[in-house]
Amino acid sequence: MTAHRLTQGSRWIGFIVVAVVLIVVLPDVLSDFQTQLLGRFFTYALVALGLDLIWGYTGMLSLGQGLFFGLGAYCFGMYLNLEAVGTKLPDFMGLYGVKQLPFFWEPFYSPVFAILMAMLIPALLATILGFMLFRSRIQGVYFSIITQALTSIMALLLVGQQKLINGTNGITQMTTIFGAPLSDHQTIVNLYIATVVVLGGLYVGCRFLVNSRFGRLLIAVRDDENRVRFMGYNTVVIKTAVFALSAAIAGLGGVLFVPQIGIISPNQLSIAASIEMVVWVAVGGRGTLIGAIIGAILVNLGKSTISTLNADIWQLIMGVLFIGVVLLFPKGIIGSLGDGWNRIKPLWDKSYVPQPKTETQVEAEAS
Amino acid sequence: MQIWVSQLFSGLSIGSILLLASLGLAFSFGLMGVINMAHGEFIMAGAYVTYLFQTLIAPNFGPDAAKGGVFFVLSIVAAFIIVGALGLLIEWTIIRRLYGRPLDTLLATWGLSLILQQLARSYNPQNLPVVAPAWLSGRITAAPGVVFPYSRLFIIGLAILCVIGVYIYLYRTSNGRRTRAVMQNREMAAALGVATRRVDAYTFALGAGLAGIAGSALTLIGQIGPQLGTGYIVSTFLVVVLGGVGSLPGTILASLLIGILTPIFEVSLSLAKFDSAASLAQVIVLLLIIAFLQFRPKGLIALRSRN
Amino acid sequence: MSRITVPVMGKRLLCALFILVLGVSVLPAAAQDNTIKVGILHSLSGTMSISETAVKNAEMMAIDEINAAGGVLGKQLVPVVEDGASDWPTFAEKARKLIQEDKVSVIFGCWTSASRKAVLPVVEQLDGLLFYPVQYEGLEESPNIVYTGATTNQQIVPAVQWLLDQGKTKFFLLGSDYVFPRTANTIIAAQLAASGLTPVGTEYVPLGGTDFTSIMTEIQSAQPDVIFNTLNGDSNVAFFKQFTDAGYTADTLPVLSVSIAEQEVKAMGVENITGQLTSWNYYQTIDTPENAKFVADYKAKYGADEVTDDPMEAGYFGVYLWKEAVEKAGTDDIDTVRATIHAGGISYAAPEGTVSIDGPTQHTVKAVRIGKIREDGLIDTIFSTDPVVPDPYLCADSWADVLTRPAGVCGGAGATAEATDMMMTPEATAGS
Repeated sequence: MTAHRLTQGSRWIGFIVVAVVLIVVLPDVLSDFQTQLLGRFFTYALVALGLDLIWGYTGMLSLGQGLFFGLGAYCFGMYLNLEAVGTKLPDFMGLYGVKQLPFFWEPFYSPVFAILMAMLIPALLATILGFMLFRSRIQGVYFSIITQALTSIMALLLVGQQKLINGTNGITQMTTIFGAPLSDHQTIVNLYIATVVVLGGLYVGCRFLVNSRFGRLLIAVRDDENRVRFMGYNTVVIKTAVFALSAAIAGLGGVLFVPQIGIISPNQLSIAASIEMVVWVAVGGRGTLIGAIIGAILVNLGKSTISTLNADIWQLIMGVLFIGVVLLFPKGIIGSLGDGWNRIKPLWDKSYVPQPKTETQVEAEAS
Repeated sequence: MQIWVSQLFSGLSIGSILLLASLGLAFSFGLMGVINMAHGEFIMAGAYVTYLFQTLIAPNFGPDAAKGGVFFVLSIVAAFIIVGALGLLIEWTIIRRLYGRPLDTLLATWGLSLILQQLARSYNPQNLPVVAPAWLSGRITAAPGVVFPYSRLFIIGLAILCVIGVYIYLYRTSNGRRTRAVMQNREMAAALGVATRRVDAYTFALGAGLAGIAGSALTLIGQIGPQLGTGYIVSTFLVVVLGGVGSLPGTILASLLIGILTPIFEVSLSLAKFDSAASLAQVIVLLLIIAFLQFRPKGLIALRSRN
Repeated sequence: MSRITVPVMGKRLLCALFILVLGVSVLPAAAQDNTIKVGILHSLSGTMSISETAVKNAEMMAIDEINAAGGVLGKQLVPVVEDGASDWPTFAEKARKLIQEDKVSVIFGCWTSASRKAVLPVVEQLDGLLFYPVQYEGLEESPNIVYTGATTNQQIVPAVQWLLDQGKTKFFLLGSDYVFPRTANTIIAAQLAASGLTPVGTEYVPLGGTDFTSIMTEIQSAQPDVIFNTLNGDSNVAFFKQFTDAGYTADTLPVLSVSIAEQEVKAMGVENITGQLTSWNYYQTIDTPENAKFVADYKAKYGADEVTDDPMEAGYFGVYLWKEAVEKAGTDDIDTVRATIHAGGISYAAPEGTVSIDGPTQHTVKAVRIGKIREDGLIDTIFSTDPVVPDPYLCADSWADVLTRPAGVCGGAGATAEATDMMMTPEATAGS
């Protein structure tokens, strides 16, 4: 008991130390560009967190997280665009001869509405899709293929609707956020801190969730859905709820992403982008929340650094990373680190007994 | 009237391309459950084989050899064999280790697709032209405004030929019988002495080879480049899912249906003065497929199996 | 979260953080004196790398030449090359990196309008300078961008006028579904309307689309006498193959393309496109001593099989125009250089002939050339104009008033002589 309480304590100390370093120290040390880059990586980490909930814990591989992320980003991007132009029309509309603001843009003058929609629209879409799919027992790879198809549909729609949403160019006209210029040092730091706080909060929230009774249910659904159903649970509702939650988290990631990069375009909704998100989680370690976060940050840090050194090599590295992780380290960095720890700890701590693998880890190896 | 005859022909020719592209996937995904995201890159590899034959080998046999068409036909066979061998290699090194982990095959083959694309790009970053045989450059003019290009007819013919070939393989050879047995009940087939691993390898290689043929055919209608295959990934998976996984007739029906519906929607939307009719048509077809799967999750032609 | 991971969680977080900090601290690069850093920002991977790599090569050649001749203001140029990866947010990120981290004095880069639109807010907010080398849809003037490619009145408008002069009346407009073809076709339709004509058909293909069966049917029923082609590079090959398969040739139905240059012809195979028309400012066949040297040097550097084309040449002379501006300003300080450029009078003897920057619009004054594609894949000039003053908002053309221009652009200092006979329509001002 005491040991457990101690580790609980050390976990919180670790969390607080990390938070202080991220929020207080790093913005002071890093340049504006680096702060912004890191802030953006944290928005990716948010998406990875949501993806881990449905993939790592519930066993459904969604290839639609890019879609939810993009929708959230578009919602907030529309607000930022309207803030930039004030009472005038967004510039791109002039190019297509649009003379009046399309009706669905109107409510996006309100940032509160925009942020709410950025989470609600993905969540609603996920609810409808999830309910329809799960009700007719579409699961496994079919779920992946259909979410992937939906992502490509949305990208097609956005590319096609140029008068309304500027097609492939996306929304780029953003200058200020709540009146503060986006390129100001203080704005950059504030956005970064906001992202860290949201990520930290959601991480704690997700931990709480997966350790709760509901979390146990998720894992049970993943490992044997029929048994859960026979026990009287409505697995359609459980799966739909967690899918919607992950979509909302991705949407929130999109909200924080847009002001830190200044553009959202249909590219972000591409299948490639969605699959890349899966890699973040796979590399970090599916079924471990911290793994998802670390995976997202490391992969993107690698991408940003390596593509500067040699553009061609990045795709190769990414490809090898995929195959290597799947074949050799299916548990990802964190899972494999845990294994290694279990193996080396007894070397000096004879009393340490490697604990049996949890279902999560067994599944990660098997799935 | 004319426009609808032309549209029907468009539909057939789009459908036949889709069918060629999906046939290989019907094997690897439909029969084996491998989510092969590198399927598009197998198609690309087939196109590059044809390019190599027409541009590098043919000119050694006279300046007009590429135009003659012998090498083009040879290249289709070669694409089948070479890409099939590539499939076999990949089955040995990667897929074999991932049976029973379908979602992991998705990730690994996506990685593979990135690598294959990059290899093609390292070979030559440009899009490359492929010389078409002279006898494929003509056309039949059925009526003013109703034109059937030979290249399109050739692709339709090739698709029919491939379907017949696949049918014969599956239903008239002992290998095919084993394949069907493994697909319907793997454990029972194994218990009866079928070498399921070897059947898997053959099936995957065959799927890859068919993708190679599709790639050869695609050189007739467009350019080839590292990104050639990426455009086919979503549509081919949908064809296989819509048709009913593991069902060959379903795959045929689904590709024709999608092929015929898409241009009809496109023309109708265009006549109704919709913006971006072509992309809207694709959106509608995709939505219809998803809606249809609500009612028949097993696809158009469901296969009964004990898995 | 499983219980087994609990004891090491804090350590893992710290460990991850350490890796992170280490990674981030590797990123910055040190600045040196006696050199000037210049940024090159093109897609070196992804779909657009096909076109953009060649422009990058031409820009690097210009930088090498300048360095070999003693540099700019006695300082050597140090290129910092970044990959936009055919992804617009990556363009924005890398532009930010070049300006904030590398502190470059200028960026040469972008190809698609989408990438330029992504970089535009970055250079405006961070006070950078971008030289953009590709023809585009006009209707833009950023004080932080110098446009060395053609705007609409230097490519599309004269091409349509030339076709009208040839007696063409039934225009079929075919384009990829994105901003350049849409805007171009709006302009063409307005221009045709001024002659009492309407296009016999307007069709858009999804970006990267390769199936033209429906389009062929449309063309067959519309019976045009010319096709104005604004398709994006990748779709062109498929279009011309299927166009030929459907029985058309350059003689029976000419196609005038504005996105096909020598590079594209080379990549698509010339057999289906011989004799078709193009509109650009530069062709490899132009007979000037500067061009002879440019072509010879490029082939010597990158291979005898290489060809040169309009965007490459615009990228190449863009570097020289910037050099002229820096030398005139006496410093590479971005604000001073921008002021110098804006004051006008920067010119350079480019391969296509002498080009100069029009101060107010920051576009380039250049001649327009209608070309015909030869059997060897090069393009012959069959018609050319005197250098045309850029007019990105088409202020000089009253038929262009249907376009929505931002308020005040045509009344200001940038307006040309004919501006007086051009009244802004109420909608144009109210709506923007």
